[in-house]
Amino acid sequence: MSPESDHEHGREATAGPAPGIPAQTGAGPAPAPGSGGRGDYPALGSWATVRLVAGRELGVRLRSKVFRITTVALLVLLVGAAVVIDLVGGGDSTESVGVTAAESAITAPLTAAARSLDVGITTREVPDEATGLRQVADGDLDALVTASPNGLRVAVKEDLNDEWRAVLAVVARQQVLDNEISVLGGDPARVNEAVAATRVDVTQLDPAPAHQGERLVLGIAAALLIYMGLMLYGPAVSQGVIEEKSSRVVELLLSTVRPWTLMAGKVLGIGLVALIQMIVLAGGGLVAALVTGALSLPSGEATGTVIWSVVWYVIGFFLYALPFAAVGAMVSRQEDVGGISSPIVLAIVVPWVLGISIVPGDPDNGLIAVLSLLPIFAPVLMPMRIALGVAPVWQLVLSVVLALALIGVLVRLAGRIYRNAVLRTGARVSFRDALREA
Amino acid sequence: MPDRRLEIDDVRKRYGEVVALDGMTFDVREGELFGFVGSNGAGKTTTMRIVLGVLAADAGQVRWAGRPVDLAARRRIGYMPEERGLYPKMQVRDQLVHLARLHGMPAAAAGRSADAWLERLGVAARRDDEVQKLSLGNQQRVQLAAALVHDPEVLVLDEPFSGLDPVAVDVMSQVLREKCDEGVPVVFSSHQLELVERLCDRVGIVAAGRMVAAGTVDELRADGTERIVVEVPGAPPGWAEDLPGMTVRATEGDRTVVDLAPGADDQDLLRRALAVGPVREFRRGRPSLAELFRSAVSTDEGAPGVRSRTGSGSDTAGATDEVTVA
Repeated sequence: MSPESDHEHGREATAGPAPGIPAQTGAGPAPAPGSGGRGDYPALGSWATVRLVAGRELGVRLRSKVFRITTVALLVLLVGAAVVIDLVGGGDSTESVGVTAAESAITAPLTAAARSLDVGITTREVPDEATGLRQVADGDLDALVTASPNGLRVAVKEDLNDEWRAVLAVVARQQVLDNEISVLGGDPARVNEAVAATRVDVTQLDPAPAHQGERLVLGIAAALLIYMGLMLYGPAVSQGVIEEKSSRVVELLLSTVRPWTLMAGKVLGIGLVALIQMIVLAGGGLVAALVTGALSLPSGEATGTVIWSVVWYVIGFFLYALPFAAVGAMVSRQEDVGGISSPIVLAIVVPWVLGISIVPGDPDNGLIAVLSLLPIFAPVLMPMRIALGVAPVWQLVLSVVLALALIGVLVRLAGRIYRNAVLRTGARVSFRDALREA
Repeated sequence: MPDRRLEIDDVRKRYGEVVALDGMTFDVREGELFGFVGSNGAGKTTTMRIVLGVLAADAGQVRWAGRPVDLAARRRIGYMPEERGLYPKMQVRDQLVHLARLHGMPAAAAGRSADAWLERLGVAARRDDEVQKLSLGNQQRVQLAAALVHDPEVLVLDEPFSGLDPVAVDVMSQVLREKCDEGVPVVFSSHQLELVERLCDRVGIVAAGRMVAAGTVDELRADGTERIVVEVPGAPPGWAEDLPGMTVRATEGDRTVVDLAPGADDQDLLRRALAVGPVREFRRGRPSLAELFRSAVSTDEGAPGVRSRTGSGSDTAGATDEVTVA
């Protein structure tokens, strides 16, 4: 135990060649492996180790095909959804309606009625009824309107939608009314003018906030992305732990790093991968929605929701990744992890199912409001409520504080389970053994 | 000058009722190649895992250069676990660089060292392949590179030779010898006793969690009696039996193996042999390590299934077979 022999402490060894270490002989093979000078590099600090481990996770996963493919696929899906919403909601659904040349007088009232009911229309004259019917059958026209003794007759290929039924009913009644007015000696045009001038004043006692539909879509999209991210990357943590365990590389690693640094590095590394994907997706989706105009919400408000969603994603990831890491350490094979991790999976699914089934119909639901404060429900429910603008600031603060507190507890528990279980192969390690004080 | 020895001092470990290590004690000196032999379950792997800190000992101490081994000391140890462990889906070179850096090596040095070892061990062409795509033999080479890449001060290798082809065995032996010549204490376990005998400076025989014998192969032999092999075609049965100080150990055809007690004169045996027939062969037999191993572990009560992997092929004819020509 001579005091000079402390070269096992890296820090002291940095000062120069450690005492007692012979100079490299150089007698080795031509490329002289390991010519870095044995032992004269400093030991890594714990956080440097965590960074290295996290860096490996990041590098390996970002380069993996699975990551690239899922990211691109989800991005296409999101941008596609924005475009579809734009197409469907943008009112591009004009119907082409045919009118016979002989009855072209009907065109004007038809167009007027359609406009008053906010239905898109283009009219086209056809030479005769037979031609018109053929065009409808071929799909060139959506409908052919002709006069009938009782009003109007309309021919469509399959079915007449309700909007059009309403438009045509208005036109038919108008024609009958005009006839009656003329018969009674009145001027149909003047009567119509007077009718058009009437209006209904609406007083909203409890008006829905502006853009309610968009908020809902945004909230659901945020919750869905978080839900999917947690379902994708939570189990990835336990798979990563099991991969190290089943390949036995963990024994090599733990001969030089502490268990907690290995676990922390893995959780942080996969968390970063998950975050990067989320930012790409959320950013891409948001830009697509704003550009296509699918989202007409003030961009500040939308961005706020997106940022909050990212925050909750990160919090949610740690809430679930830590238990996933712990259960991964408790089993030795990928096949065994399903049963033991199902409660964690359930804890991700239940908030999502509750959220998606209750919030759209009842954004102010009291049960959802209470649940959204609880750490397990908050990562999915809070972003929904934030998007809908129904989460007061005190609730936000409280839910974040509660979640962070639970993460603090989970760090200790998961760390202990991991340390006790990660080197034990074979049968599943029991919770009691895993939680034992080492 | 610190004492650069790896010392395993009275290490004990039990799993429930099973005693895995029962006061394991030995040391590996600077520049020494130490062979660790013992039957399956004797405690070799447990000992190595305790040295590397992946398993905690119940009692006892592991010291390097006079100090208890801690995490800082362990990062200077190169380790090859019994169950090979590498990331299956990581590229070979990346993996080595990662491991070197975890041991504290700066990135640039880690890269150089990884390249040099891949070259040296003949797997440089596979540096960008995933480990799982390599043959088992090549995975083993990468595993050795993983033990060496951070330029360790001590090497602890659990069964480094198992599963290697003869060429790879030569490369592995050469590398271990070189590290040894650089002053690195090297301890490795193996069931290939001929190899251990040829390669190692010292050998430790483990049985039931204890070191039952340790020393150079010659030192281990010195404990045994002298042995003569004599071939006399046509000699009557039992021709050598009544000589003073001599015991016939085995007879196989015309060949007789005789143990000499201390002080017994081998020339008496030769005279007797010449008297009974033509002597075709008369030589001093030296017990092989395999034989020493068998006798060492067979005296130990608690060692079931004592049988080395390499020796098992020829044990129908008894120990005589394995007597090597001096």
